[in-house]
Amino acid sequence: MIAMSVHQFRYDVRAFWRNPQSRFFTLALPVLFLVIFASVFGGGTDRTVKIAGGRIDTSVYYVPGIIALGIIAAAFVNLVISVTAQRESGVLKRRRATPVPAAAVIAGRSLTAVVTALGIAALLLGIGWVFYGAHVVARTAPALVVTIIVGTLAFCCLGFALASVIHDEDAAQPITQAVMLPLYFISGVFVPVSSLPHWLLNVASVFPVRHLAAALLTAYNPHTRGAGFAGVDLLIVAAWGAAGLFVALRRFTWFPLGR
Amino acid sequence: MIDTDTTLDMGRMAEPGAPVISVRGLAKRYGRYQAVKGIDLEVRHGEIFAFLGPNGAGKTTTVEILEGFRSRTAGEVSVLGVDPADAGAEWRDRVGVVLQESAVEPGLSVRECLELYAGYYRTPRDIGETIALVGLSEKAGALGGSLSGGQRRRLDVALALIGDPELIFLDEPTTGFDPSARRAAWEVVAGLRELGKTVFLTTHYMDEAEYLADRIAVIADGEIVAEGTPQTLGGRDHMTAAIRFTLPDGVAVRNLPAGLRPLAETQPSGGAVIRSETPLLHVQMLADWALGRGFDLPDLDVRRPTLEDVYLSLTAPTGGTHR
Repeated sequence: MIAMSVHQFRYDVRAFWRNPQSRFFTLALPVLFLVIFASVFGGGTDRTVKIAGGRIDTSVYYVPGIIALGIIAAAFVNLVISVTAQRESGVLKRRRATPVPAAAVIAGRSLTAVVTALGIAALLLGIGWVFYGAHVVARTAPALVVTIIVGTLAFCCLGFALASVIHDEDAAQPITQAVMLPLYFISGVFVPVSSLPHWLLNVASVFPVRHLAAALLTAYNPHTRGAGFAGVDLLIVAAWGAAGLFVALRRFTWFPLGR
Repeated sequence: MIDTDTTLDMGRMAEPGAPVISVRGLAKRYGRYQAVKGIDLEVRHGEIFAFLGPNGAGKTTTVEILEGFRSRTAGEVSVLGVDPADAGAEWRDRVGVVLQESAVEPGLSVRECLELYAGYYRTPRDIGETIALVGLSEKAGALGGSLSGGQRRRLDVALALIGDPELIFLDEPTTGFDPSARRAAWEVVAGLRELGKTVFLTTHYMDEAEYLADRIAVIADGEIVAEGTPQTLGGRDHMTAAIRFTLPDGVAVRNLPAGLRPLAETQPSGGAVIRSETPLLHVQMLADWALGRGFDLPDLDVRRPTLEDVYLSLTAPTGGTHR
């Protein structure tokens, strides 16, 4: 089973890399967003954001937020689009005609998302470190890695859940963007949480994006004391993931829904 | 463990002529619509079996039940000794499927696609050899998306073969092909017979069934309306032949010799046709008569009903339109 998942992963990841759209939306776009937001709102010495425990440079503030975006791009947006397309075009149905276990196909695809998410997170951390002098403290580094992995798996599950209710491959991209773009704005990804009105934050607090961004910020924040695990945020993200898994397990199908 | 191995070996060693697919009283209902109305089928080891029928006749429903993709309402189905409704990985290891429509794996080359699929099976065939078998060696490094329609279909066949299955389902493998691509695809399918595979082919092309199949079953409106070899289907071998010709000016059908006159009729186009159960004898009589009178019949044509004629009469909505 594990060997089969790794086998599937090797080819999924290759296909991912060869797709220019995947490369742009999953890798280039988060980097672009980090550079743009950090340059527009950060830069000057007095440009800081108030967060728990003190203030940090605005450019530094954007690193964990955009990591959340990168995780969601890799584990959720890309996964919804590719799984929907593979199902609607009959690729999954053809695999169903072989002895490959469903779990291996799903695990192989999820592994691709996890590896990609780790890659984009590392890339963004590197950019933050080199250009904005933001470094991760060793004390909270394990928390950061755990948060990235929990977030990736949760959004993978949500991705499989959402893909299972989209009937048309052309609708996958607009639907994922329509869901995520507003959430990025109200969850502290594009705009610091401290400049958002309370009611909007209350709305955002229902959804997992806000909690993933918050958990990443906690693990990334140099003012954080202790190990940097944002327990409640992580639990909420994991709960969303579990709900997604529940829907995905009930609704996952190999066969095209649109015709 | 021992039990599984025994069943497997029995399947693998099935002797020629043993049933690979056996269907009794298969029925499928969608709501109030009865798509398949209790059909029987038997496909023997090593044969190419063509399953013909117009769109909406229950063809794809039947195939998808046999492939284990759809549930059935009633009846007994055994494919390689197993009920496909509860078949698992073990069974899928022995069956290859070419779906009616399936896109190529995006972002992978022909060779990589086959590597991926080879990894799904216990005892896959050699990858290079399989690519050569379907005639894609020159395209082995090309991305699936860059292949032509005919090449993609050959890749589909290669993917269905890579697990070295005993039984292969081909669902309308040449729909939408140009004539030369169809010919090429037929050669690939005919090659499967040489490999000793059993092939279940669905198609709505008569010439395809006639060229490839050992036996044919025709489904219309959810029922099997005929079964036989391409030569005997629907009583084709007993049907009268049509001897057509045009008589020279001044000669009419009533001038034919007495033995032919009652069988002959004039066609709207002006030609004459003789319906004959003994075409050789009647052609000789016709030839002797014409040559005796000093003229030729340059457009003489002797034809038995084509498989297409038989098929159209079998599947005609009201039935009985055959001449």
